This record gives sequence, structure tokens and C-alpha cells, in this order.
Amino acid sequence: MREVAVIGVGMVKFGRYDKSVWELARDAILEALQDAGVEFKKVEALYSGNMYRTNLSGQQILQQIGLTGIPVVNVVNACATGSTAVREAYLAVAMGLHDIVVAVGSEQMGKMGLLGADAARREESVEGILGSGLMPAIFSTAGVEHMRKYGTTIEQFAKVSVKNHKYGYYNPRSQYRVILSLEDVLNSRMISYPNTLYMCCPTGDGAAAVVLAPMSRAREFTSKPVKIAASVLTTDPYTDRVFALPDPNTMTRNAAKLAYEQAGIGPEDLDLVELHDCFATAEILHYENLGLCPEGEGGRLIDEGATEVDGRIPVNISGGLLSLGHPIGATGVSKICECVWQLRGEAQTPDRQVPDCKVALAHTIGLASGGACTIHILVR
Amino acid sequence: MTEAAKSAEPTKKARPIVPYLKLPEKEGEEAVLVGVRCKACGKAFLGERLVCPNCTAINQFEPVTFSRTGELYAYTIVYQSAPGIPVPYISAIIDLPEGVSVRANLVDIEPRPENLKFGMKVEMVTRKVREDSEGNDVIAFFFRPAVQ
Repeated sequence: MREVAVIGVGMVKFGRYDKSVWELARDAILEALQDAGVEFKKVEALYSGNMYRTNLSGQQILQQIGLTGIPVVNVVNACATGSTAVREAYLAVAMGLHDIVVAVGSEQMGKMGLLGADAARREESVEGILGSGLMPAIFSTAGVEHMRKYGTTIEQFAKVSVKNHKYGYYNPRSQYRVILSLEDVLNSRMISYPNTLYMCCPTGDGAAAVVLAPMSRAREFTSKPVKIAASVLTTDPYTDRVFALPDPNTMTRNAAKLAYEQAGIGPEDLDLVELHDCFATAEILHYENLGLCPEGEGGRLIDEGATEVDGRIPVNISGGLLSLGHPIGATGVSKICECVWQLRGEAQTPDRQVPDCKVALAHTIGLASGGACTIHILVR
Repeated sequence: MTEAAKSAEPTKKARPIVPYLKLPEKEGEEAVLVGVRCKACGKAFLGERLVCPNCTAINQFEPVTFSRTGELYAYTIVYQSAPGIPVPYISAIIDLPEGVSVRANLVDIEPRPENLKFGMKVEMVTRKVREDSEGNDVIAFFFRPAVQ
């Protein structure tokens, strides 16, 4: 396997757009190509992640950016769609199939509201009868399970939202740039106990792209190549309650173990973690799943401020899904973009630049009836 | 009514909302959740399967009838759902003693966290939730705090 480098990154501000999703993807790719100093004619393959418009998504993007006839692989893997596209691109370069490749994630959700709500209205639906299979319920129940096991409090979960919105405020690419107090978060309307409105990520539109090349050629393009030290994909293995309560934990733990082995590092070596905070409850669970703190101490980690930008292990300094936004296909790629900017010292505003950032981890999961988890470890 | 008219009248039936809910077929029976247990690894599942999702053994199952009582493992209280679905409601994960967990609404209790104790005993009840397009009663299962 060859060493693989990220040589360019690009991302449109997450939000809501009148222009088409393919134009958003175009803009992200053009930024990434410019960042890499590569013209699109040099790109040998495109890996495209889009969840709601899966079929031929990459070809639609090529129509915006150049019909060069290159191979396109279209990827879908729930909320891990974009990061799965990055992994496919990584594998193609690592295995020597291609040299210069692009992975792009894009999504246009508009104001679609709760994911799965349309299906829940069908006559045969069991939503609201056999409990809830909607996203807030899945991650809220997982949070309540953590409360049961470790006594985690709703205030501790709410602090995640305060933190992530604070950094999102300083990130010009963030969808919701607003400073929230703990009271603001706790007093916003309850969506699914214990997650209030501000503890749930928004829907939105967005796109993000990366250009990858073998490390041996990276310096032809950039003075600041970032090495992909690990790229891992797992699914949810059998656990005893998995059919009743989808499990975000075990697949993340499995992925983390593999990623740390692949990179030859441990969680203590990380300078930044961008993890999948689709709901505030999820961030606390993943502190433990990724080994950032001992089992059961996720609540204490946020209380101590350890995951702030100047803390022991900064987490979601992009603003996270809660503030940056979560246009599904784009999310996993955007986390890798953020890691690259932080590793290069280009986090745009001093309030959210992680000091001396050398090793960063990007984590994304997709979970409904079944799950996917990716982890990428990036090193400068 | 003539015999011919009687037979032309559609017979309304009770229909379970999911295949793993078995409705009573005669007087004195109770509705139960049914499933299978893998003889190779011992794990139990709601409904029918060919292959064990835990150990991958093929067709090594024996039928199981699950208890109507269990314990509350975890829950959420849903305040925002799809349009048209009444809120709030408790979406509960119930552990049954045969080693399977099931998701269901927890009913007959005010949906407030202080009312919900982890491990509290709950029992299954069935209720009609709607009629299907053929006019059959659709029956669902729920759990409620167990009567001691």
C-alpha cells in the first residue's frame, strides 16, 4: 500500500441554497483543485457521495466541471456517505490504481424536517406506535442509556451544544453562527428527551471535496501535504439490543481500534477530534468510544473543559454537526477538510485554531436500521 | 338476511401490526410476541429468520414465545415526530426475560422522566390502532407499568 496525501480541500458554507446541489459540488471541487494547484484534466477518477440523489450523482457533477470520461464511483452509506467516498478514493491511490483523484460529498435537503418523517406518514408505518425510529429518538435513547449506566446529566449533554456553537460562531463556513448559553440550550423546546432543539443538528445544503495523491508526488502540488495515516470503515456488529436500539457505540469502538493500529498511535497522541455530533448526546458517547477518556467519564470530560480548543483534546472545533450543519453526503468530507485546515494552521480565525495541531481524527457514522462508521486519521 | 347476502359480506378480521405479534386465535388465549432462538449460540430474535445474525448458523432455530412482562431498559420521550403523529409519547426499549429486547410505546403513564425508573416492570397490552384499507382492525402491542 502506498502512502496517501490530501493535497487540496474545498467546502462551500453549509446552509440553504437556491443553486443546484451539483453546482454546490462544483464549487467545492473547484476550491479543492485550486488549493491543490491541479487542473481537473489531471484528475483520474471521481468518488461521489450523495444520499438523496444517489444515481449518477458524480456524472451530474462532471457535467458541471468537465466531461473528461473518467471513471466515477457513486457512494451511499447513510450519514457516512461522504467519508465512505473519501475512503474509496484513498484505497484507489493506496493500491496504485490512480494517482490524482477527487472525493466529493454533496447534499441538498432544504427544509425537509425530520429524516424519515415522510415514510412515517405511510399507512403501514409503526412510527409513534412501536416507539420511534426517527433519528432524534435513536440518539436520545442512546443518551438515556448512558444516563442509566453512568449518571450522565442533561446539563452535561447540553454543554456539548454550547461548546460546538461557540466554535461554529467563529467558523465562516458554519450554517448556524450563534453563541448559546447553557440556559438557551436547556430552555429551547424539547425534541426528544434529553435532546432539545439546539442539541439536534439541522438539515441543510452543502458540499465538500478533497484531492488525494500518493505522498511520493504530493510535493509537486503543495508545500503542506497531509498524510492519511488511517482510513477505516466498519458496520454495526451484532449486539444484544441492536434490533430494538440501533448501536452507535460498538462500530465506533471497532473502527477506533483499527484506526489507531493502522496509524500506529493512540488517542493520547491526537491534537484534534472531529466526531459525529448529530445530537449532543452522541458526542459524549463518542468521547468514550474513541478512547478520549475512560469508560463512563464522558460527562466529566465536558465538565472539565478538556474538549475546548485549548483543552487536553479539542473536539469539534469546526462547530460540529450541531453548528456547522449536516448536509448528509457532505458531512464526512467536511470533517476531513476541517482536519486539514487545522493541521496546516489555516483555521481562519485565531479563536478556533488548535495550537500546534499535528494529528487529527475525523469520525463519521450513519445509523438507522443498520450502521456505517468511518475513521480517518490525518497527520502533518 | 339470506345466506347468499351473508357470504358476500366481507369478514372483518383483526390483523397484527407486525408479523411477530401473534393474536389470540380462541377464547382464553392472549396475544404474544413470537420469534426464534438459535440453537447454536442461544440468541433470541423477534420474528422468523433463516440465518442467525449473531453466529451465522443456518436454519438452527427453535420457536420461542416471549413473556408478556419485561423491564424498562432505556427510553426517550418524543415531543416532535412526523406530522400527524400525536406527541408526546414514550419510545421505550423493553428487555424480555428470554433475552430479547423490543421497542414499543410505553402507555398508561404520564410521559415524564421522573415517572420512568430504569428496570421498572412492564407488561404487554394490545390495542386497535387503525383499520387497514380492507377494513380489518390493525392491532398493535404496547407496554404499560405492570400491575403488582
